[in-house]
Order: sequence, then structure tokens, then C-alpha cells
Amino acid sequence: MGRKYYDGTVQVMAEHTVKAFDEDITRLRGLIAEMGGLAEMSIQEALDAMINGDEELAAGVVARDKKIDVLEAEVDKLAVRIIALRAPMADDLREVIAALKIAGVVERIGDYSKNIAKRVDRIEGRKHFEPLTLLPAMGEIAAEMVHDVLTAYAARDPVLAREVIATDNKVDAFYNSIFRNVVSFMVENPATISSAAQILFVARNLERIGDHATNVAEMVHFAATGNYPPDEDR
Amino acid sequence: MVIALIACGVMAISGINPWLVLVLLVVWSGSLILAAVTPPPAAPPPRRSAFSEASISELIEHSSTPLLMTNRNRVSIANEAARRVLGNHIIDQDVRVAFRHPEAVALLQRDGPGSATIHGLARRKDIYLMNRQVMDERFAIIELVNQTTEAQVSRAHTDFVANASHELRTPLASIIGYVETLQDDGDSVPQATRKKFLDTIQAEATRLQSLVSDLMSLSRVEAEKHEEPDEQVALKQLIETAARDAAGLERNAQIAFDCTEDVVVQGDERQLEQLVRNLVDNALKYGAPGAVVSISLDRPEANRARLRVTDQGEGIAPEHLPFLTRRFYRTDPGRSRAYGGTGLGLAIVKHIVERHRGLLDISSELGRGTTVEIRLPISLSA
Repeated sequence: MGRKYYDGTVQVMAEHTVKAFDEDITRLRGLIAEMGGLAEMSIQEALDAMINGDEELAAGVVARDKKIDVLEAEVDKLAVRIIALRAPMADDLREVIAALKIAGVVERIGDYSKNIAKRVDRIEGRKHFEPLTLLPAMGEIAAEMVHDVLTAYAARDPVLAREVIATDNKVDAFYNSIFRNVVSFMVENPATISSAAQILFVARNLERIGDHATNVAEMVHFAATGNYPPDEDR
Repeated sequence: MVIALIACGVMAISGINPWLVLVLLVVWSGSLILAAVTPPPAAPPPRRSAFSEASISELIEHSSTPLLMTNRNRVSIANEAARRVLGNHIIDQDVRVAFRHPEAVALLQRDGPGSATIHGLARRKDIYLMNRQVMDERFAIIELVNQTTEAQVSRAHTDFVANASHELRTPLASIIGYVETLQDDGDSVPQATRKKFLDTIQAEATRLQSLVSDLMSLSRVEAEKHEEPDEQVALKQLIETAARDAAGLERNAQIAFDCTEDVVVQGDERQLEQLVRNLVDNALKYGAPGAVVSISLDRPEANRARLRVTDQGEGIAPEHLPFLTRRFYRTDPGRSRAYGGTGLGLAIVKHIVERHRGLLDISSELGRGTTVEIRLPISLSA
């Protein structure tokens, strides 16, 4: 790129198209980051709402999902426009493709948060409902994964991406242990089965969030290095 | 010019081709005219603003506050502190790549200046106050203030007050309960039961008393934390007295004191006594009943005294070790209360050691026992 002067003019006219492309990619990455920020907040708030029974907060999470959807549509439009108008190649193309896929996955993560938020009012006798206490630790790890993978995307950091992939085992282990716990709780307290079943769904959603964060991590790795991370991490 | 005219006149007179002379005259005088006219002023340099990107970058680079400058939707400058918080990759990226938190995005999209509190900016648990100043329609400056520590401190404070009230309320509840029982139907309670009630009341009242006195010493030690202690203290005598004091008459035989040489440190006599008392008391309380608690004082390095208190108890699980010096932290709350522990002993020890610029090290092996080691700097002037 030509030397950028303070008033924004670019000296070398031949690089005009490069600048326009660069502008588009920057905007694309900005949109993904914004989506990620919303999704991240949704996970946290959905969990808080679930644990404290805060239905107002839950409603906020459900409303936020619309915003994520709008942003996803915007990412799609922009990515298609970049491909159509600028015909990117090699790492530029990888970047655009990765952005397109990541936007889809982040949108799914938002959906899972929304799903957790929707279950808030279906839990009865919340105060003495033991299975609820299992969720925060699992939610913390899943939220951490999403946070880290978004940072990895922003920094194009394949090392951090692989760390995220490695963390997924923890979430899976948590899911299994919560499953066993809740099932035995159901056996002992048949009266609370409908609420306990909701907890299972929430745990399932968190586990899916972890899986999707792993997917994003793989795409970040792909966009940064051109290949998918080796299997041992997965 | 005049010289040129005269020269050409001479040349014309001397019979040189008049045309040639004319051409020479035109070229000569023409060159003179061109040379005489001052060259047109160079085009004025493009108007720059009073600041340049480079000068701002230099200005803010070494500030310890994270500072960024944005140009429309991009981060154009981020100083060292900002890069440390947000990563090196943010330069020339969309601002949302640096700040993806929805509150931050809302702030960035606002026209005017403003601020927002961002939870989880770089790490998930941090808290930053984000100030944005708009310079013109293109440029804005963003300042970040880390509020994580403040939040932690205020939370620790709240926790402490909550814990302390809880600890004070527990003995009070049983004192009041037993007193009420004795008041209401004191006559119908058998003598033996009444004695038991009174003993419980006394035990709880004593616990309350020691809790209050521990709280007071803790706050005193904390208040004096930054004043260097100025007494010359001979440790051998002090340790021996304090240890015997802590053991009391009936447990005196359980103490083995081993001291190779006396060491003088600069310290606070009263506090060091308390330190030894707390450690020995802990060792006796949590050691195996009747087992020996060994105390040793030596000088492994020229400028350090080392005090070790070792018990033969069941030891402390490794996961508890990092938290032992927290106020009201107990590995086993039930047992600690049964022994009349306040949960403040090691917190006080830690503060005393800190005030003496010493080191505190606790090592423990499950089933074998625990050793608390304290190293204090020796005043070499003494």
C-alpha cells in the first residue's frame, strides 16, 4: 500500500483497488468481532439469568439474538460482494471464506444462548434446586472458550486457536458428569423431573457452544496457516 | 545589461555579422532578465494539522495508561500499554476487532464523547473504564482505565465484613439460646445439664473474646503495615517465652525448642511474640494429640534468621495451601471451631511477616505433618 498521508490520500493510484479490498476485509473482520462480542455477552447473561431466575435479563438475551442475525446477514452480503467484485485469491480468499463460515457458527452460538435464556422460566423451585449449581462452572469454561477463540480470530493466532480446541475436552467431560448427576437426581426426586430435564438441555447447549467454539478455532487456524490443525488436538 | 549592450555595440562596430550580434544580445539580456526575476514561490506545503500522527504516537507511546487513536473505523495508533492489554494485532484493524464488547461498540458508534464500563475486555474477568474523546469527524482518542483491582479490593472488603459478622453471630446465637433456656425454665433443668449449658456459654463467650481480640490485632498490624519496625529483638528468648506461653502449663512438655545461636532482628517485639504464639498454637491444635511440636531457630544465610515450627499432624491437602493465609479460611470449619479457632491466626502471621519484610513458607505432607517456615532479615548493624 502506498504511503498514507495524514489527510487520507494515497499516493500510489495503482494501489487503489488494494486499498478498497483492504477496507472491505477490515470491515468484514469488524463485523465478525461485533457479532462475537454480542454472542459472548449473551452466553454470560443467559447463564446469569438461568442461575438467578432473572427473566428480564433472559428477555434481553432473546432480543439480542435478532441483532446477531442482522449482523450475520450483513457479513454474508459483504463477503459475497467481496468475492464477486474483487475476486480474492490465496490467503485473501481464505480470509473471506473463513469469515463467512465463522459468522454462521457465531450465529449458532447466539442461538444456543437464546435457547438457554428461553428455559429460565421453566425451572421451578429454583432456590433449593441442586442441579443448578452444576451449571456455572461448565458455563464459565464454555464462555472462556468463546472469548479466547474470538481473540484468536482477531489476532490471527493459531496457537491460541489450538489451545481452545484442547479445552473442548473439559467441556465434554463436564457435560458427561452433569448428565450422570442430573439423571441420578431425577431418580431420587421424581417430582422435579421436568425442571431437571431443562438443566440437561442447558448443559447440552453449553456443550454445543463448546463444539462450535472449537469449529471456529479450526477455521481461525485454517485462515492463519492454510491448513487444519492436526488431529491429536481434536 | 549595460555591459551586454556595450559589448554588442563594440561587436557591431567591429564588423561582425549584425544578425549574429542581435541574437547574442537577445540571448544574453534574456538570460539576465530570467536570472534577475525571483523564482516564483514554491507551492505552499500541504496544510497539515497542528499535530501529526507520528508526533501523537511519540507523545502517548510511553504513557502507562492504555491509549488509542482511531481514524474513522480503524485503530491508527495504540500505545505500548494499550498493545499490552489488547494485543499487537489491533493496529490498523477495525476498532471493533479491539473492542467487541457490545457496550464498547455502542460507545464507538456514538457521535460525541462518552465513557462505558467494559466487563471482560481482554480477559474474561477484567473490568475497564473506556473513555472516548472525539477530536473531529475522523479522529477520536480512547483511554482505558483498569478497574479490575479496585473491584477486587471492594469485593474483598465486602466479603470481609460479611465473614466477620457471620463469625461474630455464630457464638452469639448459641450464647443467647442457652441463656434464654436457662432463664425460661432454669429451675426444671437438672444440675448437670445446667452446668453443661453454662460451660458452653463460657466457651462461646471465650471464643467471641478471642475473635474480637484477633480482629483488633489484625487491624492494628494492617494499620502499621507500612511503618518499619524499629526495635532490636533477640529472638531466642522471645520465641521460648512465647512458645511456652502458647502451650500453657499442661502442654509444655510437647514443645521441643532447638536453637543453635541467638539472632537479633529489627522488629516489633509484641508482634513477633504474637507470631510465635499463633504458629505454636496452630501446631499444637492441629498436630497429633500429645505429639511433639519442634521449634527451631537458625541462621542459614548471613543476613536471614529462620524460624521453623513443625507438627506431626495429618498435614494439609495441597489445594488448601495457597489460601491458608486468607482471613477466615479454614480447611475444616467444624474442627477449627471445635478447637476455638478464629480463622485469623495465619492471616495475622502473614501480615506480621510482611511488615518485617520476611518470607513465609508453609510446606505440608498429608499424614506426616506441616512445617511453617519464616525467614526474617537480620539487622547487620546489630
